[in-house]
Amino acid sequence: MNEPNASSPPRRTSLYSRHVAAGARLVDFAGWEMPIQYRGIVAEHETCRGRVALFDVSHMGRLDLEGTGVAQWLDGLVTRRVTDAKVGRIRYSLVCREDGGVLDDILAYRLPPEGSDAWSLVVNASNREKLLAWFGRHPAPNVRIVDRTFDTAMIAVQGPRALAVAATWLGWDPSTLAYYTGRIVDHPVGRITVGRTGYTGEDGVELIVPAGVAEGVWDRLMEIGAPDGIAPAGLGARDTLRLEAGMPLYGHELTEERNAACAGLEFAIQGADRNFIGRDSIVAAKERGELPVRVGLRLADRRPVREGAEVRRGDATIGVVTSGTFSPTLQAPIAMAYVQADAAAVGSELSVDIRGSLHAARVVELPFYRRSV
Amino acid sequence: MRVDPSKLLFAETHEWVAVESVGGNRVATIGISPFAVEQLTDLVYIELPKVGAKATAGKEFGEVESVKAVSALYSPVDGEIVAVNDALADSLEVLGTDAYGQGWMIKVKLSDEAALSKLMDLAAYEKQCGESH
Repeated sequence: MNEPNASSPPRRTSLYSRHVAAGARLVDFAGWEMPIQYRGIVAEHETCRGRVALFDVSHMGRLDLEGTGVAQWLDGLVTRRVTDAKVGRIRYSLVCREDGGVLDDILAYRLPPEGSDAWSLVVNASNREKLLAWFGRHPAPNVRIVDRTFDTAMIAVQGPRALAVAATWLGWDPSTLAYYTGRIVDHPVGRITVGRTGYTGEDGVELIVPAGVAEGVWDRLMEIGAPDGIAPAGLGARDTLRLEAGMPLYGHELTEERNAACAGLEFAIQGADRNFIGRDSIVAAKERGELPVRVGLRLADRRPVREGAEVRRGDATIGVVTSGTFSPTLQAPIAMAYVQADAAAVGSELSVDIRGSLHAARVVELPFYRRSV
Repeated sequence: MRVDPSKLLFAETHEWVAVESVGGNRVATIGISPFAVEQLTDLVYIELPKVGAKATAGKEFGEVESVKAVSALYSPVDGEIVAVNDALADSLEVLGTDAYGQGWMIKVKLSDEAALSKLMDLAAYEKQCGESH
């Protein structure tokens, strides 16, 4: 095995040299040496909201599913129906344990050509090995899983100018792709996947390219985007961006310990007329009711609340914060939390315990930020 | 006030200290170094103590938060807090532009000067920053 462990150094993506050259502050993230920031989280956040930012997301797992009966097999492992997906569709879904706990949240791409039964998954870096083991425990005789994480790189181009920058590089306009669809195309650099997806709340694309050409692709995108003020953005900005956009993050809002029924991701859980691992537990949890609810919190003063802080109503503890930051867009602390159902209504006046002092927090609608179309 | 950093003392935890004699007392002005501010980046919140509180060398006197994380501020000295820079809460950007001047955080009337001997001069502190980089 070539998996890193406590004694081996973290992996580097094929864009590592670009991060170093850009002066990135590098951290170990899920076994990868990743840029947490280059110039500063707020500056990078604003670049993405206002112009266009490049993110190296090569650490994410990329798994190709090949063989026969792939869709049927995958459908039995994910919370959202995939058997009806047309070629090019990209579906956000959860992979759950029997008890409804979440093993990962993933994107599943139905790959061309028409009539084929090939899929590609993008999974969280921290969960890639766990998912491979899980899939191995639920094998299908004719389905092969090919781990493409190390021979490809993944670059997210995000922001109001992202599609224009990507169009120049691609030689065609990716706004012709509907949201959550993708295309595999032959580009001068090789065969690439273009998906109209992202994790920032901005428009944009995510590109999967051969690892060997990743640096050249990055450089070319930086060059094309220069007049638009393009800049690289790190995992720090990725987190503030996704949090403003109300998107859950695995390990925070989604965990093995919390039933998928709580996550507020109804669109991604289709259990009425199909079966998948975890389905019965999720349906039963919903029927029992009184589940905690994922909510957005906005704080009155400037002190950020962090993961793990208790949420109170009066003296009673009624929930816990799962992610918290200072929102650069709203200029206020924001958080996501799970709170008991009767405290989850928008407008509920709650408080959060920040290391012993209580601060007012109001339940607000998710997402915190929605781009103007 | 602008302080010449070569006349300051520094803690391993990145606080700076300027000691002066004021009316027969020894008073330490305390802040954090520009290196620390640069490492923290994107500061959004500061929590400082009240005048009259006790400061103990090596113990927290407050905290500062960036977008990403919270960091404790440690007192490099022992004594009583006699002044707090309350203006800082609404002007955290001065930490980035004038960490040794307008960025001061607290003034402590020293009860004991023993803790000063554990602090570094600028050259030693810069060496530490170079090594941690």
